[in-house]
Amino acid sequence: MSNDLKCVVAGFGGQGSLFAGKVIATAGLAEDREVSWMPSYGPEMRGGTANCSVTLSDEPIGSPLITAPNALIALNQPSYDKFIDAVAEGGVVVADTAMVPNMTERDDVTVIGLPATKLCEEAGLKGLGNIVLIGQLWARTAFCSREALDAAIAKCVPASKPEKLEQNRRAIEIGINA
Amino acid sequence: MAEKVLMKGNEAMAEAAMRAGCRFFFGYPITPQTEVAAYMAKNMPKVGGTYLQAESEVAAINMVYGASAAGARVMTSSSSPGISLKSEGISYMAGADLPGVIINVQRGGPGLGSIQPSQADYWQATKATGHGDFHIVVYAPSTVQEMADFAYKAFDVADEYRVPVMIMADGMLGQMMEPVVLPEARSLESLPEKPWATNGHGMKRFHNVVNSLYLTAEDLETLNLERYERYGTIAETEQLSESYLTEDADIVLTAFGGAARVARSAVNAARERGIKAGLFRPITLWPFPTKALAETLGTAKAYLDVEMNMGQMIEDVRLVVKDAAPVEFFGRTGGVIPTPDEVLSAIVALNEKVGE
Repeated sequence: MSNDLKCVVAGFGGQGSLFAGKVIATAGLAEDREVSWMPSYGPEMRGGTANCSVTLSDEPIGSPLITAPNALIALNQPSYDKFIDAVAEGGVVVADTAMVPNMTERDDVTVIGLPATKLCEEAGLKGLGNIVLIGQLWARTAFCSREALDAAIAKCVPASKPEKLEQNRRAIEIGINA
Repeated sequence: MAEKVLMKGNEAMAEAAMRAGCRFFFGYPITPQTEVAAYMAKNMPKVGGTYLQAESEVAAINMVYGASAAGARVMTSSSSPGISLKSEGISYMAGADLPGVIINVQRGGPGLGSIQPSQADYWQATKATGHGDFHIVVYAPSTVQEMADFAYKAFDVADEYRVPVMIMADGMLGQMMEPVVLPEARSLESLPEKPWATNGHGMKRFHNVVNSLYLTAEDLETLNLERYERYGTIAETEQLSESYLTEDADIVLTAFGGAARVARSAVNAARERGIKAGLFRPITLWPFPTKALAETLGTAKAYLDVEMNMGQMIEDVRLVVKDAAPVEFFGRTGGVIPTPDEVLSAIVALNEKVGE
């Protein structure tokens, strides 16, 4: 059970939190693990905390709704504020400092801030802060193999947009090396 | 072996239905079901089928009636308030012995309610999907894989017994993605013959009539008696359930669909604490799996029924358990999903109560 990834990805609508969650879920599928992805679709979509719960496990998954994540990707301030206290002890929080100016501290979880949006822009990439943060989460937790991560990116980016695939790959690298 | 793909429950049901030979879909958008209709709108034309967004749920179910009468495999889907609107049409289908598949991706009620996951339509689905003397077969999948499997199977069962079949999902199951292996697509030529259908036949036979109006009471009684014989066969042969760790369980949880996922986690957590808990999960809600539940009588010291409503299936559980053991309830309502911790607390409390 300790091997489980229970990740919440949250941000404004349009920041790609649901897509980022799908990438992580697809990585789990590539390793033939048990996987669930559950989006918020109710009133919490308003107020900038569109989110999804992604679980990767070696056991059949019960509730797909995660109440105590061991990983959090926060793409904006409202999402950080909403979920930071729910993160389980020993969990990892990855946040975009460009979007989350006030990162309240917690002693019992690892909080990593990186300017994902800014790093993207410097590299000439647009709107891939979500993917940068996945790269950083992977570097910290190794929630799947590198092969599975690459396969997931390749699978989730539409085949009709080869240039997008290359950009997503670069974004992952930026996140891993940040 | 076919490839595992990541799909939403709503999409998996739609794809599986098409693979079962469904070529007509009539629907109307409502959260959290809309992906079923959206998937059909996109993909039904690719297999030469018909997708039609009706002007209302009432219209959609009557289009289902028409397509079914003509012999087609046909489906509609909605969420709770929309199913209420379809109830008249479902009763007409039952009265005319028409097969068809109806999906309910439940949300909180009553009224317009919430758009969050719920199981508050259990009574509606199993006791009175419409007026009159009839039953429909109701499947309650618990995973995206089962949503695909039972959406596929539903068409065969509907055709075999000439009854409407419902897939009871909820907003959680409809919206979530899980890996799924899709069933193989059937050729339309392999589908069962329907000699009763009101289709074109080139004057080769006497015309068929599909109708649910019988003004002579005795005629209708005869029909209803015949129909109930069929229901008897269904009740005898089509019960489905899953028993998880029930063999030595002191506390047997009963739960279906999305709530069963939460209950299963709670059972595992209880076992880690040394409490002998198990889970009995009905897969058919009608016919209720009485036979398999009865097998737990004698070993179970108590039952804990877990639902996302105020307690509906618990009545069917009590009809089987009777006075053999106490049956208690834990549920959340209005669209709130119970947490495994909450259910675990209820197990611990019940275990202390019956342990004394």
